[in-house]
Amino acid sequence: MRQSVVLEHLRARIAQIEGVGTRRATIPFGIADIDDRLPGGGIATGALHELAGSPDLADDASATVFVAGILARMDGPVFWCLRWRDLFAPALHLAGLHPDRVIHVEAGSDTNVLLAMEECLRHSGLAGVVGEVSKYTTTASKRLQLAAESSGVAAFVFRRASKTEQAAEGTAAVTRWRITAFPSEDLGIPSLGRPRWNVALERVRGGNPHAWIVEGCDATGRIGLSSALVDRPAAADDRKFVA
Amino acid sequence: MAARALGIRPGLTVTQARLFAPELEVVDAEPEADLEGLRRLALWAGQRYSPFVSPDAPDGIWLDITGCASLFSTEKALLKDLHRRIAAFGLTVQVAVADTAGCAHAVARHVPAGRPVTIEPGVHRKAIALLPIAALRLPAIDVEGLRKLGFERIEQLIGAPRGPLAKRFGRDLHRRLDQALGNVPEPIEPIFPENVPRARRGFMEPIATSEAFAQVIGDLVADAVEQLGRIGKGARRLDCYFHRVDGHTQAIRIGTAAPSRDARHLAKLLCARIETVEPGLGIEAMTLVTPLVESMAARQGEGLESLGRRGPDLAGLVDALANRFGQRSLHRSGPRASAMPERSIALSPALGRPTGAAWDDDLPRPSRMLERPEPIEVIALLPDDAPRMFIWRRKRYRVTQGDGPERLHGEWWREGGHEAGTPLAVRDYYQVETETGGRYWLFRLGDGTSHATGSMRWFIHGAFA
Repeated sequence: MRQSVVLEHLRARIAQIEGVGTRRATIPFGIADIDDRLPGGGIATGALHELAGSPDLADDASATVFVAGILARMDGPVFWCLRWRDLFAPALHLAGLHPDRVIHVEAGSDTNVLLAMEECLRHSGLAGVVGEVSKYTTTASKRLQLAAESSGVAAFVFRRASKTEQAAEGTAAVTRWRITAFPSEDLGIPSLGRPRWNVALERVRGGNPHAWIVEGCDATGRIGLSSALVDRPAAADDRKFVA
Repeated sequence: MAARALGIRPGLTVTQARLFAPELEVVDAEPEADLEGLRRLALWAGQRYSPFVSPDAPDGIWLDITGCASLFSTEKALLKDLHRRIAAFGLTVQVAVADTAGCAHAVARHVPAGRPVTIEPGVHRKAIALLPIAALRLPAIDVEGLRKLGFERIEQLIGAPRGPLAKRFGRDLHRRLDQALGNVPEPIEPIFPENVPRARRGFMEPIATSEAFAQVIGDLVADAVEQLGRIGKGARRLDCYFHRVDGHTQAIRIGTAAPSRDARHLAKLLCARIETVEPGLGIEAMTLVTPLVESMAARQGEGLESLGRRGPDLAGLVDALANRFGQRSLHRSGPRASAMPERSIALSPALGRPTGAAWDDDLPRPSRMLERPEPIEVIALLPDDAPRMFIWRRKRYRVTQGDGPERLHGEWWREGGHEAGTPLAVRDYYQVETETGGRYWLFRLGDGTSHATGSMRWFIHGAFA
């Protein structure tokens, strides 16, 4: 009996040191298949998340809307720290992120983007902070993770034009995502259906990597699993696992 | 100006002037009123351009714009703005910028360019050499004396032996020359607006470390905040002046997005700029001025209960970012009525009132947009169909599906911009999906029937999710 109390105490201390002790709200995707694989059942606030597209502009565009969709389902202002000026705000609105909520910070360089992010992350009450960089170091990720933990704001580092085959550096981020475009359903008429993405969870603290094919954000920022795709062999394997 | 064209110059007697223009209207000079006007103009410029202003009687204003150009993105833009605004007051103005005050003074008065003149860094020596002796700010009698000795231009004076000339014309001659050349410093004593909160600290011993500056800034801000509280205002701008022992004064300026009386916040903003101050041999006094204040009602805390409900302190964050990266780097976007997608975004201040307005939800718009459309090579089966393949940045994209066209007409009513030459331009936009699933926004220039609407060339403009 006494031993279990000691163990309990130790666990609590470890959790505190690791920063997972302070349970914060998570933003679920609303898809059990994805949420079950994330600690806390969704995108954790008060933590750093990393995401990337690929050198292909369309993949970066998909990753942009993916993060906009997550932020659209949170409350509060969003700071979007930019290095390049190619973000087109109307698309954020199409994913449900209203322009009144977004403050753009044109910081100009990787260093400045990271500085601006850290400054933003010291202010609690924001929904999230997005920073677009081309490279960043493990040290920078640790700083951002600590800042995010202290304020409870969700932080997203968006590595622009990141090469898929490139060995990723160590990171303090809780999750690391890679979003790439995936061919959408052929409607048989000269029109385009809902976009599809290949959402790869490359790294997650306290979980295993995984990949899904999802349908892009709707007007409220929700992604969906299309029924036609659920019986894909890879997905079928996972379902066994989850169920 | 009209008077000058008739041959009337300063220094002429009224009788002589009437010879040139019999209907001349004579107005008595009012040096005090002129000086007061100059002072007001200087303070106006101090509000807008630089904390460092000083009237230069009888007809000039000094502005030290060191480090101030970033607010206007470039020095040229600052000068243009200054020139345009003063001209709009109905004044005839000549603007010059140079490394040294003496050089700027000379160029402004002796190069009748009619537009702002910039003497690039390092070439002020060359620029001043070509100007007449009169540009050196010497008494008229000395200029006349030098002319009689054969000195017409400053370059002759630079080369001439100094001893004999100093004997005849006094030390002032070479002091002015050295000031213009930058050999000796010429401190400008800035003027401050009156009736605004101001705090000053003099030191027994000069200080030079950033820790000491931070300490003093804390004290000065506390003083200023107390004064602001008494008059019910909040600071929108703070200028902190560092008076160096050698007579030079340096300044740092910060701005806030909303009036503030938060001493910690203001001190933090100022301290972030300390590194731009060069203490030299030491700072003997510091002055804090609040040139721009706005009404701000006293606030009463609502108790602990309110803390949870209050929104985030955005003003503090926005100020910190704006003072670091420039006011212009922070903005919110909103819709703007424009037919062209690249102009459909209006930028508004980060702390502006939420408008609730947004873009049309029905139109597909890319999340990544190229700054300017890039030409691509295209293979299309039918002229009005979406392309089957395109080559962009030497990469081949095979198109599997497409949607379009969405026809956008150029804004022929605009006088500037790149449509000015082709007012009838038409763009047919297509969304296409490649075999890997990437979605791109392509357009073809022209409607296919009239050449005036475009060359039928294809461009890529962005990428969708």
